[in-house]
Amino acid sequence: MTDQPYLDTSPQLSDEIRKTTCYMCACRCGINVHIKNDKVAYIEGNKEHPVNQGVLCAKGSAGIMQINAPSKLKSPLKRVGPRGSGQFKEITWNEALNLATSWLKPIREENPEKLAFFTGRDQSQSFTSFWAQNFGTPNYAAHGGFCSVNMAAAGIYTMGGAFWEFGQPDWDHTKLFMLFGVAEDHDSNPIKMGIGKIKAKGARIIGVNPIRTGYSAVADDWVGITPGTDGLFIMSLIHLLLKAGKIDLVYLSQFTNAPALVDNETGLLLKDADNKELVIDQKSGKLVAFDTKNVQPNITANHKGNQTVFYHMIEKYLSDEFSPEAVSERTGIKAGRIRAIAAEIARVAFEESFEIDQEWTDFRGNKHKKMLARPVSFHAMRGISAHSNGFQTCRALHVLQIILGTVEVPGGFRFKPPYPKPSSIHPKPHCKVTPGAPLDGPHLGFVHGPDDLCLKEDGTPARIDKAFTWENPMSAHGLMHMVISNAHAGDPYKIDTLFMYMANMSWNSSMNTKGVIEMLTDKNDSGDYVIPHIIYSDAYSSEMVAYADLILPDTTYLERHDCISLLDRPICEADAVADSIRWPVIAPDRNVRGFQSVLCDLGARLKLPAFIDNDGNARFKDYADYIVNHERKPGIGPLAGWRSKEDTGKGSPNPNQLNQYIKNGGFWTKHIPKNAAYYKPWNLDYQNWAVDTGLYDQPQPYLFSLYVEPMRKFQLAALGHGKIQPPEHLRDRILKSMDPLPIWYPPFEETLVDKDEFTLHALTQRPMAMYHSWGTQNAWLRQIHGVNPLYIPSKLMMSHSLKDGDWVKLTSVNGSITVPVAEMAALNERTVWTWNAIGKRKGTWALDKNAPEATKGFLLNHLIHELLPPKGDGLRWANSDPITGQAAWFDLRVKLEKTKSPSSSEPTFPEIKSPVEKGSNIILQGQS
Amino acid sequence: MTTLPEKTERKLGLVIDLDTCVGCHACVISCKGWNTENYGSPLADVDAYGENPVGTFLNRVHSYEVTPDEGTSQLVHFPKSCLHCEDAPCVTVCPTGASYKRSEDGIVLVNESDCIGCGLCAWACPYGAREMDGIEKVMKKCTLCVDRIYNENLEPEDQIPSCVRTCPAGARHFGDFNDPDSQVNKLVLERGGMDLMPEQQTKPVNKYLPPRPKDTLGEIDILAPLLKPVAEKPDTFIGWLNKQLDKI
Repeated sequence: MTDQPYLDTSPQLSDEIRKTTCYMCACRCGINVHIKNDKVAYIEGNKEHPVNQGVLCAKGSAGIMQINAPSKLKSPLKRVGPRGSGQFKEITWNEALNLATSWLKPIREENPEKLAFFTGRDQSQSFTSFWAQNFGTPNYAAHGGFCSVNMAAAGIYTMGGAFWEFGQPDWDHTKLFMLFGVAEDHDSNPIKMGIGKIKAKGARIIGVNPIRTGYSAVADDWVGITPGTDGLFIMSLIHLLLKAGKIDLVYLSQFTNAPALVDNETGLLLKDADNKELVIDQKSGKLVAFDTKNVQPNITANHKGNQTVFYHMIEKYLSDEFSPEAVSERTGIKAGRIRAIAAEIARVAFEESFEIDQEWTDFRGNKHKKMLARPVSFHAMRGISAHSNGFQTCRALHVLQIILGTVEVPGGFRFKPPYPKPSSIHPKPHCKVTPGAPLDGPHLGFVHGPDDLCLKEDGTPARIDKAFTWENPMSAHGLMHMVISNAHAGDPYKIDTLFMYMANMSWNSSMNTKGVIEMLTDKNDSGDYVIPHIIYSDAYSSEMVAYADLILPDTTYLERHDCISLLDRPICEADAVADSIRWPVIAPDRNVRGFQSVLCDLGARLKLPAFIDNDGNARFKDYADYIVNHERKPGIGPLAGWRSKEDTGKGSPNPNQLNQYIKNGGFWTKHIPKNAAYYKPWNLDYQNWAVDTGLYDQPQPYLFSLYVEPMRKFQLAALGHGKIQPPEHLRDRILKSMDPLPIWYPPFEETLVDKDEFTLHALTQRPMAMYHSWGTQNAWLRQIHGVNPLYIPSKLMMSHSLKDGDWVKLTSVNGSITVPVAEMAALNERTVWTWNAIGKRKGTWALDKNAPEATKGFLLNHLIHELLPPKGDGLRWANSDPITGQAAWFDLRVKLEKTKSPSSSEPTFPEIKSPVEKGSNIILQGQS
Repeated sequence: MTTLPEKTERKLGLVIDLDTCVGCHACVISCKGWNTENYGSPLADVDAYGENPVGTFLNRVHSYEVTPDEGTSQLVHFPKSCLHCEDAPCVTVCPTGASYKRSEDGIVLVNESDCIGCGLCAWACPYGAREMDGIEKVMKKCTLCVDRIYNENLEPEDQIPSCVRTCPAGARHFGDFNDPDSQVNKLVLERGGMDLMPEQQTKPVNKYLPPRPKDTLGEIDILAPLLKPVAEKPDTFIGWLNKQLDKI
């Protein structure tokens, strides 16, 4: 041992640890940032943090390369060459803000709708929407419309919350976890932690995904479903479970609208004068409100010919069209396998049930001694929602959860506060424009019938993205993917300024990338740009930068203040309410400003009422000032922590609030009492706790909506009832798609293209080790995912005589791309796929022009159009879900042929002149 | 030629659970982040933003597709770093004594000041677990975070390798294989922990837990007892329901 060299095994880690919130994806983990010599030296997970409990993914640890990235923008920029050239000159912040003000001020005074303000993976939506509302434009949304609005909206309309940010499996108790079509990131670390936890206990995981990677790779059973058919598969499970009586009748009768009576003539629910659903009491046979004390709602009642919701479900789902044999071919799942899965769900839900010794009281005043487990849980995200039948498919999944009685019970799915929150207590959308004044209310919300649509007096769309119109009535997150296309077409109207944040719309965040680039650069007859002004804020030299006239450079996530707010998309857990902050753990070394602080400044320059004080001066010094001092309602602000002595979540602004967050590791939590932990929508103790915490104004017990009545109201309009009527060409589609009970119909694209020609489905996934946020390029992560081949199933490789590294021409009805291929056996036989957003444009991200991302990387986006193939009626039909407007990314149909290898992936685009220098050749992170 | 200790007081190493590893590369980057700042010279990235970026990593995750004769194909994620072998050929081959195995805990290290960058150890390692640093031209390998596991500046629960601390799925475990009661030994016993390429006779300390059998649900026919229909048509179903409701 003496000849071993001396080793210092206790080196000093760093000078200081600063605790903040990660932003390398949307997961928002707590991180410990180690600082050496005022520089970031190392990033690890924060053990105390509710989201990640100490662990951290590859993206999180690679954050250091985002801070050091050469692609960081350095100064405000004004375009001096033509759009798309990348020719800019550096200007001062004062010049930049004066220029923005000179464009925006006249718009606000004359017609605020001429501003379209859309943000991407923005984690400050409660603030950016507040700014837009103050400006007065109806044209605001974030990226939900092209991400997962189907999942979110279906969940809220059905049960008051969906997956991910709304809730999570009961990881401590679940024994069967079924995962549908999850790209590998939503939600990042908590899903991995949960999978590890339940695997250690021997629980079974079933992965339903055309592609067996990531979470599906470790699933015990893999169902390689054909894309777009998840709804059929789920309804077949519902069919089998109903038929076998493997449903939770007590749960259905007590907590859902299964016993609600449907008016035979209108299809609306029978309600009393207080607008409460009416049910027949099992004991008395009387017609009473659902929440009457001691009522036992009868799910099989028939009141004067009016049947219950449950009766209508039986009629629909016992039909042989949902038998395993009937759906097998379309879904690509053998009938016997569908049965085996249904049987396993039934076995675990009903034979592995158990009780937790915990008293609780329901909203009807009944006391329960125990909490009964149904230990089956589900999770789904974009895979099932990014289809034109996605809303109904997501609804079907929730109905499956509910008939099993698995929602908000031990072992099932649990909401995270502020959810559950039924659609009825969310705001409705607002769109009334008054020149020089704020909008009449929040932009986004939940419609409950045709009266709530965002239409102008002449019936035309009030919003540039046509959200909340007959084309997609329940578009709760807007339609970001239609903004540029509609603005260019002047349909429904022309705009003056397009203002965007963190959205790479001229590249991976758009359908039809090449077309969008043309729209952004197109000029009218007088030689002016069709979209006159474009302002863009980004931290990095992304593909979108070159297409803006004015660049407002943002900070990185370690150089800024942020709040992950309960008013927005918080970080709560099923057992606790929580929110968190970011704060500048390092100072920016260049002339950049946090975008939200810039909006505070711009808001004051534009004299937006909430951004100036009584003397007309800026109300908020910066975003930190807003976070601490803004009150949405008295006592309720962006952050809930340290607002009062008792720390309830409510109270007046506390000037020391941010310091208290910093002292506590960057976050705040308040735990839910044990008797309120489950049955939240119906649990009196939870309801009261939520009021005390500021989540509700008053207790809001409600029934889960197996039957979504607002959808029926749109159907009634389509049938000619009511004053507000849909245009003729949409009547039939509304009637068919807006069924108040989940249905399945083929994805639109395949009904409009020759299925015998375009035989294949094409998908993208986002790798676990790559972005879901800002920087899509990172020196360490690009060494893991620097290229993205097209993965092709083995049989197709063989039939096309392909081997790894060969090239194919992949063609959709919208165009062709030429890309390298790789074989994959664990893949649905009719599906090809690739990683999303690895491909980069030459001249961007401070990469060498020969970087593999720019030569071999590619985007599938070129093959996907924002519009459906023309139907010959001259109308522009969006490639979106007809209910929510969700972008139907995964409806894509393709064909492929082998081709000679080109010098790089096609289409190619000219190199953009970079506003930043190429990155240095060698990185020696840690060299002292 | 460098000699190996006859035995070591402790036998520290990792258990890696191939059933649980989702292939997220968290361990890869956390390792890079810790080790580029700590033991020895930084882990260089050459051509970092160029055509052929090559960085030094002490731990990498490979993914392999396994297609059985019957049944569906599977994807297995396989994290790989130095296995700290008892009979480590990378040590005995070292001409300068730079490569050595610690007698107190069995960790295999490279003393960078004695390393001449000849690369013999990398050739000798059957697992490809060593990488020559592109700038310093010294051999780099997993140190089992020797500067964390004894580090008194860290809280006791953090005195584990950085890859273990960060692993979101909990697929990595660290401990002393000489201690029969250690968690790593228990896992190896319970789950049939395996040596990697035992035929190489390197006696690796790290063990791998094999994936559990997959796709066992199979198919069942229409007579499945759990799915026995209670009714075929809506009206007979209502009859069944009413009987059930009477019982509640």
